[in-house]
Amino acid sequence: MTAPDVRLQPRKKGLTRTQKRTLSRGAQYVVFVAAVIAFAVAADWGRLKNQFAQWSIAKQMFPDVITLALKNTVLYTLSGFVVGLVLGMVIALMRLSSVGPYRWVAGIYIEIFRGLPALLIFIFIGVAVPLAFPGTEIVGGTYGKVALALGLVAAAYMAETIRAGIQAVPKGQMEAARSLGFSPARAMISIIIPQAFRIILPPLTNELVLLFKDSSLVLFLGVTLEERELSKYGRDLASTTANSTPILVAGLCYLLVTIPLGFVVRRMEAKAQEAVK
Amino acid sequence: MSQTSPAAGAEIEVRGLHKSFGDNEVLRGIDLEIGRGEVVCVIGPSGSGKSTLLRCVNLLEEPTKGQVLVGGTELTDPDVDIDAVRRRIGMVFQQFNLFPHLTVTRNLTLPQRRVLGRDKAEAARVAAENLARVGLSEKADAYPASLSGGQQQRVAIARSLSMGPEVMLFDEPTSALDPELVGDVLAVMRMLADEGMTMMVVTHEMTFAREVADRVVFMDGGVIVEQGAPAQVIGDPAHERTRHFLSRLLDPAMAEVEEGTPEQLGKGD
Repeated sequence: MTAPDVRLQPRKKGLTRTQKRTLSRGAQYVVFVAAVIAFAVAADWGRLKNQFAQWSIAKQMFPDVITLALKNTVLYTLSGFVVGLVLGMVIALMRLSSVGPYRWVAGIYIEIFRGLPALLIFIFIGVAVPLAFPGTEIVGGTYGKVALALGLVAAAYMAETIRAGIQAVPKGQMEAARSLGFSPARAMISIIIPQAFRIILPPLTNELVLLFKDSSLVLFLGVTLEERELSKYGRDLASTTANSTPILVAGLCYLLVTIPLGFVVRRMEAKAQEAVK
Repeated sequence: MSQTSPAAGAEIEVRGLHKSFGDNEVLRGIDLEIGRGEVVCVIGPSGSGKSTLLRCVNLLEEPTKGQVLVGGTELTDPDVDIDAVRRRIGMVFQQFNLFPHLTVTRNLTLPQRRVLGRDKAEAARVAAENLARVGLSEKADAYPASLSGGQQQRVAIARSLSMGPEVMLFDEPTSALDPELVGDVLAVMRMLADEGMTMMVVTHEMTFAREVADRVVFMDGGVIVEQGAPAQVIGDPAHERTRHFLSRLLDPAMAEVEEGTPEQLGKGD
């Protein structure tokens, strides 16, 4: 006679699975609520409000924070995005090329610019390039420098995204195009790339959000009053007023753009998911 | 310089064709001629190399050795303008390969405009004409994803026809279709054959081969085992391998019984 299977025996003591789960979930809620209460009680709300939510200071930021700072942030971001997209496309195509040296150059570029902090690139563009090529001026002044610095960084990421998008287009599409008499380049431009962009629209929009935030690095280029973007504008005002409210307002301005963009990305991803089904 | 041989009557000419993928030799010396207006069906078990042969005819696969001539132009000449030659060769794929981001009409007009440089009105006229030929005029503004497989394949045929090809290649055009949709596609192909189009068709549709083809080519193991009139190759095959293949295809359930023991079958390969 074999021993009875323990698992089939009714539990003598202890909790059932459901009871355990309820208990553990309950404990998590208690810890969370306690932490919030502790934070709320311990924080000096008066000083916090003084430092971060001075209505009068916030009011004097308008309309400049929008018409100047946010406008410049958007301008820097878009120019960097365009440079990144064009350069990224070239690098992606080089990466997919049948010519070895093209692939190597593209691979090296991607590894370097993905591995370096964006801040270093900004300093490099702002300091090293003028030293290396005395007398030369980057076209577009600060705007040109920012577009170049942001574009160089973005291109590395976008190149990989675009490459993945191109490779996600079924092989039969290229075959169909080629057998209709398209040259490889024409097939790429007319047939493959339009389909690839549909696929990579969500990650490209994400890249736009990242660039939007990275545009704050303009801070390190040394800009004129007219060229300030959100972070620089907020920090300058914070030091002149000796108050952090401008930082909070600048932060809200970023969120004003990034949150809707994030929403758009999720919508696109959901739609793409549906299309796959 | 591409070699031309105006004297040859053959529209498609394959000479001593070999094709290997790595160590795997898929085609082991193929010689085949297809005359102008001739309809040739290539049949054979999967892995016999028949699709690879077809894909070599428009150089979608680069032959390892041998020559391919279409309309007297040697495609295997390294200096040939392959894009120019391909304009004369229509290709229909098993998976249709319509451009999913374009409407049916744009699928037909874009290649004409980009490749042949036709103007907008001319391209639209040719597209409408060919869409009517395959019986899908009412789908002109639809996107491929909204069409059935059979409709997509007919659009793919119309897209190829819009380029004005002299030769049409079909790579198992009905294999991806639900059985009830096969007939419409075969009807279009039959119409083309009746119009005198030179056609090379890789297919498993024996009824189509028997009724439409001028010649049937049976391939196995990378070589042409036998070829001839459909009534002969399909109706009264000379080779054991052909008989074996046909009996399995026509009546899969009976194949083992008719062909004897598995040991004997193994020898046939």
